[in-house]
Amino acid sequence: MISYIIRRLLYAILILIGVNLITFFLFFEVNSPDDMARVHLGVKRVTPEAIQKWKEERGYDKPRFHNDAATGARRFTDTLFFEKSIKLFAFEFGRSDQGRDIGYDISTRMWPSLAIALPVFLLGLVAYLTFALTMAFFRATYVDFWGVVACVAMMSISGLFYIIGGQYLIGKLLGIVPISGYDGGTDALKFLVLPVIIGVVAGIGASTRWYRTIFIEEINKDYVRTARAKGLSEPRVLFRHVLQNAMIPILTGVVVVIPLLFMGSLVTEAFFGIPGLGSYTIDAINSQDFAVVRAMVFLGSVLYIIGLILTDISYTLVDPRVRFE
Amino acid sequence: MPFTPEFLWTDRLIYLLLAVVAVLVWHIRRHEHLRAPWRKVARSASGMSAATVLACFVVIGLLDSVHYRPAIAVKDGKTIYAVEVLSVFDKLATKLRVQKATTYSAPLATHRYSKELIGLPEGRQVRDYPRLKYGGAHLSDPAKEWGLDIARRCLYGLAGGALIWLIVATLLCALLARRGAVDTGRMWRAVWRGETEIPWRAIFLTLAMILAVSGPLVALAAQYHVFGTDKVGQDVFYQALKSIRTGLVIGTLTTLVMLPFALALGVMAGYFKGWVDDAIQYLYTTLSSIPGVLLIAAAVLMMQVWIETHPLWFDTVLARADMRLLALCVILGITSWTGLARLLRGEALKLREMEYIQAAHAFAVPHSRILARHILPNVMHIVLIAMVMDFSGLVLAEAVLSYVGVGVDPTTISFGTMINSARLEMAREPMVWWSLAAAFSFMLLLVLSANLFADAVRDAFDPRIRSAQPARLAARIA
Repeated sequence: MISYIIRRLLYAILILIGVNLITFFLFFEVNSPDDMARVHLGVKRVTPEAIQKWKEERGYDKPRFHNDAATGARRFTDTLFFEKSIKLFAFEFGRSDQGRDIGYDISTRMWPSLAIALPVFLLGLVAYLTFALTMAFFRATYVDFWGVVACVAMMSISGLFYIIGGQYLIGKLLGIVPISGYDGGTDALKFLVLPVIIGVVAGIGASTRWYRTIFIEEINKDYVRTARAKGLSEPRVLFRHVLQNAMIPILTGVVVVIPLLFMGSLVTEAFFGIPGLGSYTIDAINSQDFAVVRAMVFLGSVLYIIGLILTDISYTLVDPRVRFE
Repeated sequence: MPFTPEFLWTDRLIYLLLAVVAVLVWHIRRHEHLRAPWRKVARSASGMSAATVLACFVVIGLLDSVHYRPAIAVKDGKTIYAVEVLSVFDKLATKLRVQKATTYSAPLATHRYSKELIGLPEGRQVRDYPRLKYGGAHLSDPAKEWGLDIARRCLYGLAGGALIWLIVATLLCALLARRGAVDTGRMWRAVWRGETEIPWRAIFLTLAMILAVSGPLVALAAQYHVFGTDKVGQDVFYQALKSIRTGLVIGTLTTLVMLPFALALGVMAGYFKGWVDDAIQYLYTTLSSIPGVLLIAAAVLMMQVWIETHPLWFDTVLARADMRLLALCVILGITSWTGLARLLRGEALKLREMEYIQAAHAFAVPHSRILARHILPNVMHIVLIAMVMDFSGLVLAEAVLSYVGVGVDPTTISFGTMINSARLEMAREPMVWWSLAAAFSFMLLLVLSANLFADAVRDAFDPRIRSAQPARLAARIA
């Protein structure tokens, strides 16, 4: 088990190096820092001096991989690749193109993101599993049929509609909670209710249908027939046997997103004006802040890979047959 | 010539896709074992109803994919063509395109949405809702005639729709009767009772519903802005119809662009195993470990910079917007091929142990031939299922990406840009809701029918393949 985890970690580092190379290629090879400077400065003020100054302020004026002007190890460390890419491994994100400390911004902004994403995740999981189990319990009846119809209809509706519709209905028409905004402490609660409800509702269609498929597949297996033949009640079969055995496919989809909860949701946070990492990314995209986007890409991949490793570990917890040798 | 054809890059790829589909249809028709699953699709009532709706969307999208530039003048024996690129659909909907109001107006309105100073003939000025230039302009007294006119037009539209439906249904029934060698009356009864093998009753009913809605819409659109107008006075109905092409392009071309990579790499990884497998797995794990929306954002940002620094590459605004649309498809393709590649690898791993492949090895058939003759045809159903299942997700993703600011060009009319420009009007009192309503309902219709059709295809080809996991999908897009 330990050696397996170590092997996974080594592989994870290998993947992160790949991610790093891809982002470096995207941000520095497709377009040179000069191009970025030109876009940032606008057409009017573009002079070679202005470009040079812009690059110097942000540390983009170094050579890409190899610095001929420096000596010793600095030949390799005083380069764009080292400064902008390798340092990400130490979670040194540097400064954004606007000059703010990215690391500090991330550490303060991830909590509002988590405050929304975590309740959505937990409430959603409970709700979807409940709906799916209900539909599986009433399978091949009208409950199941219309449930599936409702799921397909709900998953065909754009996520933006849930947000806009929810804001209009609950925030504006009924006026129960503010439409958008955020506050620290317990005041945050009234701002969080609406996005959390909308987040859960928006996921009902796709997730419930997905869990239902898993349950139905599981119900058709032999051990369920055996359990019924023994005279177990249907709820007991469903909760004791089917639910536990369905955990493996469920965990594959669920555990992997847990670390990503820190990243928040781009669209939800932008609509509700929540100062989390999602709206941070959107702001960076809109102001073409390449440093922030680069940092977020790296952070996202790290969290995703952690999620994959957690998924594998969680298998051993729910299924004693799974062994990593 | 009164016009010169203009081939945008997405147009060319759409034609290519059409050609591929045509060849495939011809090929499938000649092989019984390939026809069998399609028969099963054709027997599904919900699938065929969805296909009918989709067909209507596809027709509009295709009409909107034939572009040309009209001639404006002849000088020294040389024809000068307009800079503006139009499509056949634009030509058909000229009235919708050209008849603009100045700013917001509600659906079917005859007056503008907000009050304004109007100069009366006697020199006085009053603050009132001005009449629209085109919406209901034929009415002399809107307050009295409006309701009656709307009702009359709806009725005409319904009558027209019913007539078209009758003609189409009669022709189809006659055709079916001839093919089945029964008389037309019996065919009608069989269809009516739902006794035909292909659910013609469902198809006819769907067609009737489509015509019942579009008939009045068309009749009203002649004199009104059916879904109102947006901030610059453009007809929302026209925008919604134009968005269909953008949605279809993103939904289909993305898969078309990524297909060669996914197919080649996925099958090779599964077939060769060993270091090839390791390398390819590494590649797709790396790509899929970057959260999709961030990778898309990064790539689109860089593409924007690239387009801005190379303005001379594109001669028209539309060509530039089109290039951006295609680039978005490519970027979406790069981020989404990994799922399909993984499925294909799994299938190839299974197939390579099959007896017929072992036999091919024993006969010293070269790898390339085994891959082409024995593996590829046997994974095609997975490709097909992935293609139809991805479609709806991509259409939905476009809206989100455009909202985030990394979607299509702002000048391209799409569901995303419609929603994006309309959402700021939420705060207006009273609310400007029609742009959102039109975009969302067209999108719902498109995505819902795509989902239903995809389900029918999956059930027929391989019911065991699950749709993409929603949780992971959500992590990928937004």
